Amino acid sequence: MKNTRINKIINFSNVDGPGNRMSIFFQGCNYNCLYCHNPETINKCNSCGICIDICPVKALSIVESKVCWNKKNCINCDRCIDICESNSSPKTIDYSVEELLEKIKKVSGFIRGITVSGGEAILNYKFITQLFKEVKKLGLTTFVDTNGSIDLRDKIYSEFVCATDKFMVDIKVWDEKAHKNLTGYGNSKVIRSIEFLGNLGKLYEVRTVVVPGLLNNIETVTKVSHMIGEINSKNKLDEDIIYKLIKYRQIGVRKEILERELSKSISPDEKMMKELSKIVRGNKIEKVIII
Amino acid sequence: MNILEIIKDTNITFEQRILGLARAAENSIDVLEMTDYVKQYREEGIICDLFEGNAPYRPRYILPDYNKFINEGCNFLNIDPPADIWEATNNLLMFYKHVPSITTMPVYLGNIDYLLEKFVTDENKDECYRAIKLFLKHIDTTITDSFCHANIGPRETKAGMLILKATKELELPTPNLTLKYSDETTNKLAIESIDTALVTAKPSFAKDSMYKEDFGGNEYGIVSCYNGLEVGGGAHTLVRVRLGKLSKKATNCSDFMENILPRLANEMLGYIDERIRFIIEESVFFQVNFLVAEGFIKKEKFIGLFGIVGLAECVNHLMELEGNTGRFGSNDQANKLGEDIVKTLTKILKDHRCKHFEDKEKKHLLHSQVGIETDAGESPGCRIPIGEEPEIFEHIVQSSPFHKYFASGIGDIYSFDETYKKNPQAILDIIKGGFNMGLRFFSMYGSDCDVVRVTGYLVKKSEMEKLDCGKVVLRDTTILGKGARDNGRVLERKLRK
Repeated sequence: MKNTRINKIINFSNVDGPGNRMSIFFQGCNYNCLYCHNPETINKCNSCGICIDICPVKALSIVESKVCWNKKNCINCDRCIDICESNSSPKTIDYSVEELLEKIKKVSGFIRGITVSGGEAILNYKFITQLFKEVKKLGLTTFVDTNGSIDLRDKIYSEFVCATDKFMVDIKVWDEKAHKNLTGYGNSKVIRSIEFLGNLGKLYEVRTVVVPGLLNNIETVTKVSHMIGEINSKNKLDEDIIYKLIKYRQIGVRKEILERELSKSISPDEKMMKELSKIVRGNKIEKVIII
Repeated sequence: MNILEIIKDTNITFEQRILGLARAAENSIDVLEMTDYVKQYREEGIICDLFEGNAPYRPRYILPDYNKFINEGCNFLNIDPPADIWEATNNLLMFYKHVPSITTMPVYLGNIDYLLEKFVTDENKDECYRAIKLFLKHIDTTITDSFCHANIGPRETKAGMLILKATKELELPTPNLTLKYSDETTNKLAIESIDTALVTAKPSFAKDSMYKEDFGGNEYGIVSCYNGLEVGGGAHTLVRVRLGKLSKKATNCSDFMENILPRLANEMLGYIDERIRFIIEESVFFQVNFLVAEGFIKKEKFIGLFGIVGLAECVNHLMELEGNTGRFGSNDQANKLGEDIVKTLTKILKDHRCKHFEDKEKKHLLHSQVGIETDAGESPGCRIPIGEEPEIFEHIVQSSPFHKYFASGIGDIYSFDETYKKNPQAILDIIKGGFNMGLRFFSMYGSDCDVVRVTGYLVKKSEMEKLDCGKVVLRDTTILGKGARDNGRVLERKLRK
C-alpha cells in the first residue's frame, strides 16, 4: 500500500465523535467551500517553492525538485501557508499504514477510537480500509468525517463502509444551487449518503455550519432535521443520530473570500442558534449540539 | 509582623486577626532543638516548615474516624448518633468545629457521601438535597480556608449525586472535593463528577486501588490540597525542601546526588523528628484531646511528611552545570535525572527510622508539595513549569513515573476549554488512560470557571479581584491564591483544547 499524505494528527480530540479520539486529517479535498477554515488542506503541494524563502527558520528546502519540510526546525508561524497560492501546505507528512498504526498504538490507552477527517478523507478509502482493519484489532472504534460527496453505495466502497463503525456527514446547505455556489458541486449525493448511512445504522452525526448573510440556514436546518428525525424513528437504535450546528467563524477563512463572498457574513449570535435548535427539537431530535 | 501591625491590618477579617496573633505568640518562643545546618538552611529558605510555628501544639493534618462518630456519637460533645439527614449534617458541622489542624480548621471532612447515605431515600431526596446544600454552604462560610477536603466514592450513592448537584449549583471553593475512583465507580458518577469539575474545579480524581495498596488496605483520606493519609491518624508535620535553591549548593551533578542531597535529606528528617518529638512529648495534645480519648484518632496512625518543591528548577540547574541544555519536562535525560533524585529520597526515607514511632516499619511519606505564594522561581513539586507544559498526552507520559513515589500527594492540574462540557466522556478517557499509565491523582477545571484550582486548593477569581481592590475577603486562601497568581502565574496554565 502506497503512503498517504497527512496534514495533521491530533492525539486527543474531543470534538470528532464520542469520547477522546485521535483525529487524523488527510490532505486533499474535492470541495472548495467558500467558508473553508483550513483551505491549506484542499490541494496537495505542487512544489512550486514560493514558500521556501519566507520561512524564518529555514525549515523548508527543495530536494530533488520537491519541497521538503523539517518538522524539528519549524516554529509553526504558518507564513508558508499564508503565501501559498495553491490552497496547500508544505507541512505535510507521507505515512504508511504501519507508521500511522505505531502512532495510534502509543496513545491507544487514552482514546476510544480514531476519526479520519480532512480535506476529504474518503478520497483515500483504500488506505483507510487497511488502517481501520488494523485499528479494530486494538479494540478501538473507527469513525469517518466526510463531506458526503462520494456515493458509498457503489460496490467498490463496501469493504470500506464495513470497516467503518460510524460516519459523520456535513450537509452544508439544502438548496442545490446554493450548495453549488458554496462548494462547487450539487448536494444530491450528500443527501443520498445521509439516507444510505442512516438506514445502515452507521450515521453518528450530521453537521451544518450556520452562516448568516450567505445561506438559508432555517431551510437547511428544517429539512435536514426532518430527514434525520425520520431515520431515527425508523431505526430505533440505542443511540439516535446527533445533529450538530456549528457557528460560522471567520478564523482561518481566506482573506479574499472574507472580503468578497462572505463580506456580509458574521458569526451567528446565541439567539439565532437557539432558534435553530428549537426547530431541530421540533422535529423530534433530542441530540442537538451547538458549537 | 509585629502585634500592632496585625491589630491594625485593614485587609484581614476578625478571625484572621486572631489566628495571626496566635501565630505571633507561638513564634515568640524558641523551644525546638535544631542543628546549625538546619538553622542555616531554614534561614536561607531551603528547608521550610511552611510557617507551622516554633512550638507545634497539634498535628498538622488530622483525619478523625467520622464513621465512628456517625455510628456512636461523641461523649465529650454530648452528641448522640443521628436519626435523620438533618441530625447527621448538623452533628458533623458541630464536630468539625472541634477538629484542629495547622490552619486551626479541619483539613478533612470524611467520605461525606457514605456518611450521609443511610439517611437518603428515594422518598426524601428533595429534603436531603436541601439539607446537603445547607451543609455545604455552612462549611464554606465557617471553615474559611479551602485547605479543607471532603471525599466521595468510589461507589455511586444517592447522597454522592446530591453532593455533586449542590456543589455545581453553589460554586464555592470550600470544601475541596475528591472522587475516589475505582472499578466500582459507575460511569454516571464519574461523568457527573467531571461535569461538576468543569463548572467549579472539583472534584479531583484519585486512583483508589493505588492509595489502598500504599496504605496497606487501611482506610485513607485525601486531605488539604491532595495529601493521602490514613483515616484515624494524619500527619504531625510537613517540612519541605526547595530543591531549586538546594541545587545551587552543588558544584556538579554528582556532588548533588552524592553529597548535597543525602545530607539535606538526613538533616531534614532530623528536623521532622524533632517537631514530632515536641508534639508527642511536650505539647499535651495526645494526652488531653477528646479525639484521642474517645478513639477518633490514634497516635500510632500519624506520620511525618517530607515535602519537595522545585524539582524542575533543580534538574534544569544541574543540567546546566553539566553543560546540557535539555529541560525537565521535555528532555529524556532531564526527566531521568528528576526521577533519580526522587528515587534517592525514597530510599533515604525508607532507611530512616523515626524514634518516636513505636512501629519500626512506620515511615515518613514523600509529598510533592504544591508550593506557597512566595515561591517565586520554584515550580510546585514535580510539576513542569507553567508555560513549558507539553501537549496533554506527553504531559501525562512525563509525569506518570513520579506518582508511585508519592503516596501522600502529587498531581497535575489540567485546564480544559469549554468544548469539553459537551463531551465529558473524553476527559474520563484521559483520566482512565492516565491511571493505567501510573497516575494516582488528576485535577481539572473549566477555563471559564470562577472557582479555579490554584496549586492544590481552590479560590474564586472574583474574590481575588476584590482583594486587588483592597477589600477584606472571607477566606485566607484567597490571599494565598492572589500571591500564587501574581508570583506563580497559576492562571496562565496551558489550556487543553
